[in-house]
Amino acid sequence: MTPLLALRGLTRRYSGLVAVDAVDLQVMQGGVHAVIGPNGAGKTTLFNLISGLAPPSGGAIELAGQDVTRLPPDRRAALGLGRTFQNIRVFTGMTVLENVLTGLHARLGAGLVSTVLRLPRFRAEERRAVARARAALDLVGLAAKAEWRAGALSYGDQRRLEIARAMAPEPRLLLLDEPAAGMNPAETEALATLVRSLRGSTTVLLVEHDMGFVMDISDRVTVLNFGKLIFEGAPAQVRAEPAVIEAYLGHKVAARLAAGAKSGVRGAGVRGAG
Amino acid sequence: MTPWLDDFLWTYQNLVHALGINGLLALSMYVVLAVGQLSLGQAAFMGLGAYSSALMTLKLKLPFLVVLPLSVVVPVAFALAIGVPTLRLSGVYLAIATIGLGEVLRAVYLNVDLFGGALGLSGIPERGETWMIYGLLALAVLALWLVGRSGIGRAMEAMREDETAAQVMGVPVGRYKMGALLASAVLAGLAGCLSAHVSSFIGPNEYGFEPAVTILSYVLLGGIGTPLAPVLGAWVLTLLPELLRGFSDIRLVLNGVIIVLAVLFLPGGLLGLRMKRRAA
Repeated sequence: MTPLLALRGLTRRYSGLVAVDAVDLQVMQGGVHAVIGPNGAGKTTLFNLISGLAPPSGGAIELAGQDVTRLPPDRRAALGLGRTFQNIRVFTGMTVLENVLTGLHARLGAGLVSTVLRLPRFRAEERRAVARARAALDLVGLAAKAEWRAGALSYGDQRRLEIARAMAPEPRLLLLDEPAAGMNPAETEALATLVRSLRGSTTVLLVEHDMGFVMDISDRVTVLNFGKLIFEGAPAQVRAEPAVIEAYLGHKVAARLAAGAKSGVRGAGVRGAG
Repeated sequence: MTPWLDDFLWTYQNLVHALGINGLLALSMYVVLAVGQLSLGQAAFMGLGAYSSALMTLKLKLPFLVVLPLSVVVPVAFALAIGVPTLRLSGVYLAIATIGLGEVLRAVYLNVDLFGGALGLSGIPERGETWMIYGLLALAVLALWLVGRSGIGRAMEAMREDETAAQVMGVPVGRYKMGALLASAVLAGLAGCLSAHVSSFIGPNEYGFEPAVTILSYVLLGGIGTPLAPVLGAWVLTLLPELLRGFSDIRLVLNGVIIVLAVLFLPGGLLGLRMKRRAA
């Protein structure tokens, strides 16, 4: 089976700094794949390379078997790639519903002529888009605020709106950049339920610092440090991997934890780091 | 036509023409600002439309109803040529580059004999009719209104707010920017052709830096919420000097003051309303 997303030797250099260093990564169809790593490990740069906001210095990106390395972001979106941003980027002056409708833009095929002349095709498409947008808002619990100005929403609601906007077009691959940042435990739990409900219809690749959340919902975890892929495995394997603990806590603490584990102290592992 | 209206139109003919033409120019600025591009090439497009159409009338003796649609050809070709390199720029860099291109054209008009040099072209037959100006203006407002209320208008607003996010949502921002630039060239080209054929004379200084900024001020004053707003802005700024005849010496000062006040107190323009999109 070909992977849904394949990165081959993907590299991004910023004068003197290698933010992403020859990363080989395969994301399989279905399920939830997490990318973790300490601050500055290159996670967001990796997302920018995948979504096309930054050109790679080397390597290749394949989406569903198609080479997208040189495609602009909008073409990648049309191929079924959706994403959210770490620093929320909703269109604050537009209504909540209009935000989600913009997310459906690549799915709207009515051209300029049928738009200006208001041909039946345009009307039918617009109706379908609104229905889909409302369904997406329903899923994240924002249906009642559809007509609100997006800028008037609370922080947590804006995060939810970003997720609704990204998932409304039913992307094949959904990139979530720190979706739980700034959320309280109850909101994080609701988010976990939402991401789990996407399993089967959409493949999720996410970056997150909340380790409880990551371990809870992920099928597979990739660990980056200084731009390099240092480990990949199931959540349980990652938690026990000395190289990962060292990346987060430094080698002294890792050594002490390893010694402690031998002498019977429990509770070691990566938890709440970052 | 009632004698009263006839009288009025005859007396204020120049003003009536200017209101319609400046409305078209305001729309030509609006279409690029609507996608978040501070592109100030409208006066240059207008000049290309004016010179090319005047030459078609004077040298080729073409009838006006052929000249008018053909007047968009040169501005559109120019827009296509400058579009690819300039649309990589944004913000103030784009503004400077487009103003620079306008100045280059002004130098060309001044120094090439075909364009009459500093004397410009005179004796252009007055074939532009009031109904043509206002017919085109109404058509342009209607078309832009319909586009604005659709998903395309939504995508344009998204680009204006956050181009990167819009592009990630699948909005083909490159194509939209080019489309806006071409629409801008068409509207300004038509305005240039009409103005040349109602005033009988055109000169290089009518299409330089100052008119470029004046056109921008129409939209700054009116706003970009709907296509009617920039037209209103153009009308206010065209009428004001007439109403303040006694102050005609400080007309530019007043324009400047109004722009400053508008930016300070009316960031959304006179008509700060957003376009209402019906959610079915």
